[in-house]
Amino acid sequence: MEVINGLNLKDTELRLGLPGAQEEQQQEVSCVRSNKRKNNDSKEESAPPPAKTQIVGWPPLRSNRKNNNNKNVSYVKVSMDGAPYLRKIDLKMYKNYPELLKALENMFKFTVGEYSEREGYKGSEFVPTYEDKDGDWMLVGDVPWDMFSSSCQKLRIMKGSEVPTSL
Amino acid sequence: MNYFPDEVIEHVFDFVTSHKDRNAISLVCKSWYKIERYSRQKVFIGNCYAINPERLLRRFPCLKSLTLKGKPHFADFNLVPHEWGGFLLPWIEALARSRVGLEELRLKRMVVTDESLELLSRSFVNFKSLVLVSCEGFTTDGLASIAANCRHLRDLDLQENEIDDHRGQWLSCFPDTCTTLVTLNFACLEGETNLVALERLVARSPNLKSLKLNRAVPLDALARLMVCAPQIVDLGVGSYENDPDSESYLKLKAAIKKCTSLRSLSGFLEAAPHCLSAFHPICHNLTSLNLSYAAEIHGSHLIKLIQHCKKLQRLWILDSIGDKGLEVVASTCKELQELRVFPSDLLGGGNTAVTEEGLVAISAGCPKLHSILYFCQQMTNAALVTVAKNCPNFIRFRLCILDPTKPDHVTSQPLDEGFGAIVKACKSLRRLSLSGLLTDQVFLYIGMYANQLEMLSIAFAGDTDKGMLYVLNGCKKMKKLEIRDSPFGDTALLADVSKYKTMRSLWMSSCEVTLSGCKRLAQKAPWLNVEIINENDNNRMEENGHEGRQKVDKLYLYRTVVGTRMDAPPFVWIL
Repeated sequence: MEVINGLNLKDTELRLGLPGAQEEQQQEVSCVRSNKRKNNDSKEESAPPPAKTQIVGWPPLRSNRKNNNNKNVSYVKVSMDGAPYLRKIDLKMYKNYPELLKALENMFKFTVGEYSEREGYKGSEFVPTYEDKDGDWMLVGDVPWDMFSSSCQKLRIMKGSEVPTSL
Repeated sequence: MNYFPDEVIEHVFDFVTSHKDRNAISLVCKSWYKIERYSRQKVFIGNCYAINPERLLRRFPCLKSLTLKGKPHFADFNLVPHEWGGFLLPWIEALARSRVGLEELRLKRMVVTDESLELLSRSFVNFKSLVLVSCEGFTTDGLASIAANCRHLRDLDLQENEIDDHRGQWLSCFPDTCTTLVTLNFACLEGETNLVALERLVARSPNLKSLKLNRAVPLDALARLMVCAPQIVDLGVGSYENDPDSESYLKLKAAIKKCTSLRSLSGFLEAAPHCLSAFHPICHNLTSLNLSYAAEIHGSHLIKLIQHCKKLQRLWILDSIGDKGLEVVASTCKELQELRVFPSDLLGGGNTAVTEEGLVAISAGCPKLHSILYFCQQMTNAALVTVAKNCPNFIRFRLCILDPTKPDHVTSQPLDEGFGAIVKACKSLRRLSLSGLLTDQVFLYIGMYANQLEMLSIAFAGDTDKGMLYVLNGCKKMKKLEIRDSPFGDTALLADVSKYKTMRSLWMSSCEVTLSGCKRLAQKAPWLNVEIINENDNNRMEENGHEGRQKVDKLYLYRTVVGTRMDAPPFVWIL
């Protein structure tokens, strides 16, 4: 079980299959003739069906649409208070918060504090924040990684004096 | 009518424009056939292998405008290998040899090469209009030839093609003397664009009505372009990352206000959330809105924009709008005729996806709705029955439940009754796509009620051959039938061979048809091309000698007057 900074991320992880089901069948299925349900009384609720996104040509979308949804790069601007210019990073390069924070620390030569759900980052004057899809500035680390990486528009590393105490 | 001289009859025929009507009048008598063929300027060929260019030109020597369709529809979803066919070059070569005065070419699912584009650009002095939809095989070098050589180019419209972008200077190949552009759509190009060349081109095109940019055109360039082209009617925005306070954004806002003719908006290929508000001032004029590529725009921003669009007739959107968003559409867009809702999240759990409630709301609120394409996570029979009652005017009804065999999520029943209600109520239905858990019963309904149905798409549906037979026997106007992963076999395939004379094509993949069944069909119907596409085996089927009981992976058959095609690749076996 993946536990980062006290967060059990597996619980909130987005994946295929019914909640509680542990296995993910990843076979490439080009036809599902064998899965023909025969009658109404056989209700199969135990195992989830094979990963439906692996069926060739399903859902019926042209490839440019499919590619548009599953973008392979996700560049966001990163600003740091006091730095003369901004940087850009590809969020898809990172799988979780520790990786991202480490990259930011290396890029801007600073260290971020210790994260806790109650108090945010403690122990450093630098606080990583991000702008989400609604235009609100949020603290990095509160939501599950997948939710963060799909809604993060911009990153800003705020410096101690700028950080409002309410955060 | 025969008391009139030919020129008079020809003049009357000028008012008959639809292909179907012109085909009909050519059948009345020999004299009309002759007059019609010499006066026909526009020809539509739904299957490029049904006829060849030589015969086409023999019949219609005065051809000016040609529409050609190549690969079967399921090629859009990667079910047909790239090299299957649909090559443009032989057509261009034949047309060039015949010196016909070609002015317009419209292609769908064809393999277009740079060589064919180059030949096209050099062979027809009056060439005006090129529209390519879902084509592949060419690069921006081909576009450069078109730009450079077509002196009177009016339309260059590239819709969802796979183009190899050489990041070249194709836009600068338009000569300074080219001022005739009306349509310029290069939204599907992935590479960089020469912004200077683009701006100069737009500035010298006073007739430009439709401009669709690719993602390489940033906000400040868009602002400048709109200042040059305030007469624009149809705009496809490229990249739209902006800082609401920046000078570019303010310039854009000012420029947009001046575009009082703007009726259609699309693109937003890379978009930041706040950007849409710049367009609010012209929303009340919009009749067409396509935000289906704007993956980054949150539902709430979409809703804010749509609330201003009271005159919308066509809306293409992502399911991130949610059911609530569709309710807003239903209460705002009373003129809506066509709606497409695409899936935004193909990987995950479908958080803000739309459900049957959104569909019902739309059907209740939009009385003029006649075409719908709806991707969703779930559906119920009750909802479909309600939709049918609310909207008996559907011409196109395409429902795609992302889990292809999902039943009614409330009753766990198949969706037969729901779709049955749709076909029963919608007497003008011409196109239907099914999904969800479906038995033979739904096909019984379709065969019984869908009298006008021309195109039917079936996936993971039905129980026995009876299903397919209901459709073949019942739907008298069926033109294109495409079936995948359904248990229909030889019995259905062979029941009524003459039916295929009235249809354009039949596609069956991952069904129960066998090689011997296909062979028997080919024997009975020499006017059909029966193609077996077998990528994996590469003709091992023939060597196997299993008496042809082997199941055919992909079958594509179509009527043709020119027999077996000669350009089929090795993995296509034409019986």
